[in-house]
Amino acid sequence: MTLTAALETALAVLVLGAATWAVVARAAFAATVGFVSYGLLLALVWVQLAAIDVALTEVAIGSGLTGVLLLSVSARLSVTEAATSAGPGLALRLLAALGCAAISAALAVAILTLPDPTPSLAPEVMAALPATGVGNPVTGVLMAFRGFDTLLEKIVLVLALIGVWSLAPDRYWGGRPTSLYMRPRDSVLPFFARTLPPLGVLLGLHLMWVGADAPGGAFPGGTVLAATWLIVMMASLRHTPAIGSSWLRLGIISGPAVFLVVGAAGLLVAGAFLAYPVDYAKPLIILIEVPMLLTIALVLGLLVAGPPDSAEGGS
Amino acid sequence: MSTLVDVFSMTAVVAGAFFFLAGVVGLIRFPDTLSRLHALTKADNLGLGLIVVGLLSQAGGIAAAFKLLFVWLLVLLASSTVGQMIGRVARDAEPPA
Repeated sequence: MTLTAALETALAVLVLGAATWAVVARAAFAATVGFVSYGLLLALVWVQLAAIDVALTEVAIGSGLTGVLLLSVSARLSVTEAATSAGPGLALRLLAALGCAAISAALAVAILTLPDPTPSLAPEVMAALPATGVGNPVTGVLMAFRGFDTLLEKIVLVLALIGVWSLAPDRYWGGRPTSLYMRPRDSVLPFFARTLPPLGVLLGLHLMWVGADAPGGAFPGGTVLAATWLIVMMASLRHTPAIGSSWLRLGIISGPAVFLVVGAAGLLVAGAFLAYPVDYAKPLIILIEVPMLLTIALVLGLLVAGPPDSAEGGS
Repeated sequence: MSTLVDVFSMTAVVAGAFFFLAGVVGLIRFPDTLSRLHALTKADNLGLGLIVVGLLSQAGGIAAAFKLLFVWLLVLLASSTVGQMIGRVARDAEPPA
C-alpha cells in the first residue's frame, strides 16, 4: 500500500468514525461536535478528490454554518433534554434502522451499477466555458449553464429566513433578535471582534472575486462575511438589525431580484430567460454575484440570529 | 542543498506533530478543564507553528509562504480567544479545589 492510499484509508476510517459518533451520541451537544468534525473531515476528502469548490462549501455551510445552527439548537434543547431521557421505542428504532438501511442499499446499488466510464457533461462544459468569460467551470455551471437552479436556491434561502422569522410572537414582530448577544464581561471577545472584520471582509470579497477563475464563489465568500458579522454582534459591539427595517429587507432580496431582472433582460436581448449576450457574459455574472453575496451574508447571519425576541427597534 | 532543506522541513513537521500528540495525550489524561485547555492550546500554537515553519521552505513562492504564515496567525488569534473564553466559563463553573 502506498503512502497516499494509507492516508486515504485513514481519512475514510476517520470520516466513518465521526459519522457514527454523530449518530449514536445521546446528548445533542456531543452529537453536534461529532457532526462538525465529520464535516471538516469530509472537506479533506473533497480536497483529496480535487473538488476544492465542494470542499469550501462543505466547510463553510455543511460544517460551519449548520454546526453553529445545531449548537444553538442544542443549547436551547438542553433544558428539556434532561427531562425526556426516555428514547424512542423498539418498534420506532427498528423502523428507522430499516429505512436508513434501505436508502443506503439503494444508493450503493445506484452507484455500483453506473456505466463505466461514468456519463459526464464535463467535456461539453469545458468546450462551452470560454463563451461565459469565466475560467472556473464550477462558477460557469452555477452562474450560466444552470443559472436557473442557482436563482431558485437564492429564493429558497429567503424563504428559509421568512420561516425562521415567522416563529416570532406578534408583539416582537419587526423587532431585533437578541439571543445572540453574549454580553462579555472582559475584553477578550470584543478585541477579537474588532481585529477580525478587516480580515474577514477582505477574505469574503476575495473568495467571491477569485470564484470566477479559481475555487471560491459567492457562497463561501458570503459565509465568511456572515461569520464576521455574527462575531461582531455576539461581542455586543453592534446591534442585531431590526427585522422590520426596509433597508435590511431590500438587502435580503437584492440577490434574487437582480438575478431576475438580468434574467428577464436576457429574454429581450439574448432570446431566452437567463441567457446572457456573449460579449457581456462576464460583467453580467459579476453584476449578479455582488448582490447575491449580500443576500447570502445577510440571510445566513440572520438565520443564526434567529427570530426576533425583543420589540426594541421595531416600528 | 535541497536535501538539507527537506531534512529541515521533515524535522520541523515531525516536531509539530509531536506537540499535537502531546496535546491530545494531555487532553485525555489531565484531571480538570483548565489543565486540559492548557495542553490543547500548546498543541495549537507550537504544533501548528512548527508545521508551518517546516512547510515554508516547500511553499514554492513568497505569496504561498505568506498565506501559510497568515493561517498560523489566524489560528493563534482564534484559539487564544476561544481558550480565554472557555477558561472563564470553566472557572465560573468549577471553582478551584
